[in-house]
Amino acid sequence: MDFVSIKKRLLKFSRSAWTPFAAIPIALGIGAILLLIAGYDPIQAYAAMWQGAFKDRTAITEVLIKATPLIFIGAGLAVAFRCSIWNIGAEGQFYAGAVAATAVGIYLGDLPRFLLVPLVLFAGASSGALWGMLAAFLKNRFGANEVVTTIMLNYIAIFITGWLVTGPMIETEGLFAQTAKISQNAWLWRFLPPTRLHTGFILALVLAIVLYIIIFKTSLGYTIRAVGINPDAARYAGINVKRKVLLAMAISGGAAGLGGAVEVAAISYRLYQLISPGYGFDGIAVSLLVNNNPLGVIFSGILFGALRSGAEVMQMNAKVPSVLVFLIQGLVVLSVVAFGVYSYVSKEKEE
Amino acid sequence: MEDSMPKNNDSQTILRMEEIHKSFPGGVLANRGVNLEVSQGEIHCLLGENGAGKTVLMSVLYGLYKPEAGSIYYKNEKFDVHNPKDAIQNRIGMVHQHFMLVETLSVAENIILGQYKPWKVLNNLEPVIKMIRQMSKDYGLNVDPTSLVQDLSVGEQQRVEILKALYHGADLLILDEPTAVLTPQESEHLLDFLRQLADKGLTIVFITHKLEEVMQISDRVTILRDGKTIATVKTKETNPRELAKMMVGREVLMDLNKKEKQPGKMIFSVKNLSVKDERGLPAVRNFSFDVYEREVVGIAGVSGNGQSELALALAGLMDSEFDSIILNDILITKCDLTRLNQLGMAHIPEDRQKMGLILPFSVSENFIAETFNDRPFSKFGFLQFKTIKNYSQSLVKKFSIRVGDVDEEIAHLSGGNQQKVVVARELDRRPKFLLVNQPTRGIDIGATEFVRQQIIAERDGGAAILLISTDLEEIFALSDRILVMFEGQIMGEVSPNPDMIEQVGLLMAGKTIESAL
Repeated sequence: MDFVSIKKRLLKFSRSAWTPFAAIPIALGIGAILLLIAGYDPIQAYAAMWQGAFKDRTAITEVLIKATPLIFIGAGLAVAFRCSIWNIGAEGQFYAGAVAATAVGIYLGDLPRFLLVPLVLFAGASSGALWGMLAAFLKNRFGANEVVTTIMLNYIAIFITGWLVTGPMIETEGLFAQTAKISQNAWLWRFLPPTRLHTGFILALVLAIVLYIIIFKTSLGYTIRAVGINPDAARYAGINVKRKVLLAMAISGGAAGLGGAVEVAAISYRLYQLISPGYGFDGIAVSLLVNNNPLGVIFSGILFGALRSGAEVMQMNAKVPSVLVFLIQGLVVLSVVAFGVYSYVSKEKEE
Repeated sequence: MEDSMPKNNDSQTILRMEEIHKSFPGGVLANRGVNLEVSQGEIHCLLGENGAGKTVLMSVLYGLYKPEAGSIYYKNEKFDVHNPKDAIQNRIGMVHQHFMLVETLSVAENIILGQYKPWKVLNNLEPVIKMIRQMSKDYGLNVDPTSLVQDLSVGEQQRVEILKALYHGADLLILDEPTAVLTPQESEHLLDFLRQLADKGLTIVFITHKLEEVMQISDRVTILRDGKTIATVKTKETNPRELAKMMVGREVLMDLNKKEKQPGKMIFSVKNLSVKDERGLPAVRNFSFDVYEREVVGIAGVSGNGQSELALALAGLMDSEFDSIILNDILITKCDLTRLNQLGMAHIPEDRQKMGLILPFSVSENFIAETFNDRPFSKFGFLQFKTIKNYSQSLVKKFSIRVGDVDEEIAHLSGGNQQKVVVARELDRRPKFLLVNQPTRGIDIGATEFVRQQIIAERDGGAAILLISTDLEEIFALSDRILVMFEGQIMGEVSPNPDMIEQVGLLMAGKTIESAL
């Protein structure tokens, strides 16, 4: 093999979806320096982080549990981003899904399990989809920028949740700002006791694979990608651009809503105001990290799950303040983006 | 400047580039041993097809690319250039195809941009403004140094770019296909201006692939092909035919050998079509015409007289009003023209990169841009990649499109090959009515020849064709009838007889047919 073809292969590899992961050691390296400056032992801190994520079976399943909502959200966002719809509203769509799922899980709690579980998931997905389509409608009808509307809709969804859990849907005891538990018939199966690993994780994997197939293997995905890259050319080719925008937001919102429903039906069993610690925003990085490839989202989702899980233990065991933990997470995102820009620029230069 | 040149040895030569080699990752050899010698005070054309290496060669000189081998001698000294700053300091100026102007700044501010001590000048723009006024007066340019760049026409912006280079003291000015963005009148104006500059001692390298321009403006011309110098000749001692042959590497059929027209029945008819442009102003006004089987109707006109709006409206991409449109015996009275596509209309759009193609998609993905949802390319919603690939390979072969692999990104193809992809895709739908807008703009002579032959073949095969073009030569070469468009209206119909070219010119300028004939 001559030099040129080796170089070509290397370049091709550098553009593949997996390279951004190479940015992680860099981020952790910078993080180590910051930890040192702040007076902590980076080796000890990272050891605690590693332990927290991968120590034993329970730790690993906790990583997967944390990854589940990120995979739901990230896979959906990958579709929206492929369509060049900058959906920053996955957080709100996640909440919308969680609210609807909780309502069904409580008020229709008498239904048998084989009916109630699908119904809870369906309610979550469709509620999230509607919440997303609202932004798409505003964009199509009035030209409202979806970045602004989706952020606004986040607040609305979160505050509606806050109102529901302190007012109309508050638990009967009325002690905490949370709803009652949903009916046991709505719970997802935890199939690896004593761990909390649940069928929702499997569902997230299936969804990511299905969305991957839709985006890259079907004519529907072709149209979504075409609209995302060049809406003029898409219109010229007879594609109804507005309809695709609506659809992409429905898929994206639906996936996030499904994630919200799974969180309620498998982990929390009830709704409270802070049910999402910012999954909707992490999901953006999860999708961008793998160049908006729904299949890659599985891996980046697990990575972020591990970071979150590990960071908690790092905070507890190595006594690293949470601010530094967030800082390291931020560094990971930043170096990943920098890596992406670098490979984009080197590609441009080559041409 | 004269003093810096040794009198004894070849005092005429200002620039010599020897055996320049430059390749790009992926093994593309853009320059492989190019030689160029430019004399003081001449207009030297660099002629070649797209991809011949003209722009790359000049980018090497301007310090944008580093060559792998070769040497440059400028003003009889070895010239090592690492970046454009070196070039500017050595009094080399370059006007790129895409202007490098800040739209929200004034002309004067743009011209002093990139000065090494900006604060000195910015404090007092007066001398600059005065100097630009003087230059603009000297050359009859009519550029107001205080107006904002965004308010200028494309031609005026280009003049600002040239003034900028002159202000920075250029002795050698490189222009990269400067007329590609201009109307015929603006081109004429530009060429006059360049002639004046050359007469005052400026050396100009003019990159182009248009033979007429070479003949009109240059003193000498160097022809590049496939990254190599073919020859340098004096313009007076050559002719377009010889130049074309050197450029393409074989005889070029300037004549299309068009058969007599045998129009059949009426295929397409428009009655009173009106279109408003994006600002809501009338762009097309009460436009009516018919196109028959086996006929090319050409729409001539200066760019910006409603041609784009006419094409977009017919393609259903822009709202329009009309009394009736008939395509293939089907009468349409509703204002939704998206149906025309299903009734056998194909459309080769004006801007292939913006509308005709999806650049990051592969060649084969672009081939199915309109048929992706139809069998056999899609079954039950799943794309049939193998079928698509085979189909694409057959089209690539049939239309001799130069591409290694149909899975390659179409952005990597040359402009001519990209246009061939669009043409292949549209013609393969066997249209009854073909709408063609600027089919050969910005593509090389080989591809132009090919595309025109395909259009004629399509006519002879029975299609009705509406050809919109601002290139009069193209209109006359291809059309059976010519309609001249001015401010959204038809000024008259003429036959494509070469004697009529003057009349067409008058109609294009808005004269009525009575006064033109």
